[in-house]
Amino acid sequence: MKEEFNIISNLIEENTRVLDVGCGNGDLMKFLQENKTKDIRGLEISKEKVQNCLSKGLTVIEGNAESDLKQFAKSSFDYVILSQTLQAFLNPEVVINELLKVGKKVIVTIPNFGYWRVRLQLLFKGTMPVTENLPHEWYNTPNLHMCTIKDFYNFCSTKNIKIFKSIALKKSRISEINESNLNYKNLDSHLGIFLIES
Amino acid sequence: MNKNIDTKKIIISNPLKLDCGKEINNFPIAYETYGELNSEKSNAILVFHALTGDQYVSGKNPITNKDGWWSYVVGKNKPIDTNKFFVICANVIGGCMGSYGPSTINESTGKQIGTDFPIITINDMVNAQYELIKYLEIEKLFAVIGGSMGGMQVLQFVANFPDKAKLAIPIACTSSHSAQNIAFNELGRQAIMADSKWENGFYSNYKLNPDKGLAVARMAAHITYLSEKGLQEKFGRKLQDRDSLRYGFEADFQIESYLRYQGSVFVDRFDANSYLYITRAMDYFDLSKQYKENLSDAFKKTKTKFFVISFTSDWLYPTSENREIVIALNSIGADVGFVEIESDKGHDSFLLDVPSFLKTLGDYINSTYKVINERRI
Repeated sequence: MKEEFNIISNLIEENTRVLDVGCGNGDLMKFLQENKTKDIRGLEISKEKVQNCLSKGLTVIEGNAESDLKQFAKSSFDYVILSQTLQAFLNPEVVINELLKVGKKVIVTIPNFGYWRVRLQLLFKGTMPVTENLPHEWYNTPNLHMCTIKDFYNFCSTKNIKIFKSIALKKSRISEINESNLNYKNLDSHLGIFLIES
Repeated sequence: MNKNIDTKKIIISNPLKLDCGKEINNFPIAYETYGELNSEKSNAILVFHALTGDQYVSGKNPITNKDGWWSYVVGKNKPIDTNKFFVICANVIGGCMGSYGPSTINESTGKQIGTDFPIITINDMVNAQYELIKYLEIEKLFAVIGGSMGGMQVLQFVANFPDKAKLAIPIACTSSHSAQNIAFNELGRQAIMADSKWENGFYSNYKLNPDKGLAVARMAAHITYLSEKGLQEKFGRKLQDRDSLRYGFEADFQIESYLRYQGSVFVDRFDANSYLYITRAMDYFDLSKQYKENLSDAFKKTKTKFFVISFTSDWLYPTSENREIVIALNSIGADVGFVEIESDKGHDSFLLDVPSFLKTLGDYINSTYKVINERRI
């Protein structure tokens, strides 16, 4: 978690306007508030988590990213963050488009389904992968659209979405992803972090 | 009713131009305060009351001898802690607890003003209360807070005075009174006006009071403050002090008895004309219309932080209507938080012991107070 927060924080310029979509209990918001910018909002679907955030004094709105991002004006945030929730949406493509509308830049992090530990489970055990990062069983997972780093990379190029920066994370090791090392990073990283723009 | 109680009161000498076109001056505003104003005057919270509320937010209400209407929220060690905050609440104009209203005595005739009182609006109420804030010499309030009609006043206050409050918390309210809400209010008004003792609003001249009409108005309204589930769970078909039906029109059911009781205690503390005037003010409330059908424009000039709260079982001011306020604020990039609190207690949830509401509200106010003060330093 901490590494992911650090990477995200390093992608953000100081004193900018940030929206954290699917902000959970507001840990990332707090982290960014202490390190980068005071001007940060959150959107979260769970009532309980929204109440937790508000109790901490964080500005959070209860809502669903798939229907409630529309209400924000175009380019009204410098950065919109979607941390490890893209795979849980009914229609990730629609959400990405909404994020790109609301934010001048968008930071998306994805748990990598192409990580070798994940691949091995399916290959050798023949069961749906359960890992530290993806702890759910197939029957109770909130993740509807798992993807790999390579999938997201290809998605961006097909949809003409500019990738400013793409970072691979393995445990606490950070590396850049590029065209030439894509296959390797896709195998060897548990998390991908992308800074994109429409 | 306007009994001779010792209310804190100021007389506003500045003329106030009302929306109806009339002008009033030298009129009283009754208010109450709790806690102490700090030396920087940075801890003041203005609370707006709802339709049948009054200035007695906390402690004992000297008229009813019951707890103040927001005792769960305001008081020592409560979510709005009066050890820390200076809380102000004024009786709205049109009310009957000492502020200028239809039961105010007209000095020249020695009689109550009755329905000669001008039609007032939420905007007029807020403008009148602003005079009190000026009188108290508070340059900037820490917060303006209110539920139901109190929430409407919060919205109007920020629209009228964009730099006078750091934080605004409208609860269980709307930016525009719906047809359903107007319909219920009209039902209440018709009940009062159908009472032969109403005498076109001049009942006090005849030493009469339209108690029956006012009680029916209250009973009908009271149903709208509860939820179907809440009613069913609390009363179901339980009988009142009897084992079987009596085959008559007495209050066989507990719910009937409960509503009759609510109606009867209400008439002892509330003026029928005030009920007419205040419900009318609510019906006339349409903040978007004031801003050429663009609600966002009402908040364009403000940097005030907003926190909007609704309740799942509130069908009088449903979440969808509260959300419209949030959407209007978001579309202009205003600083707004929002949560819908889970509760079976209907619209009345904001007045009752709903722990997740009280906790979220209290924590939010306290942490925001801290953040805002830190920023200033």
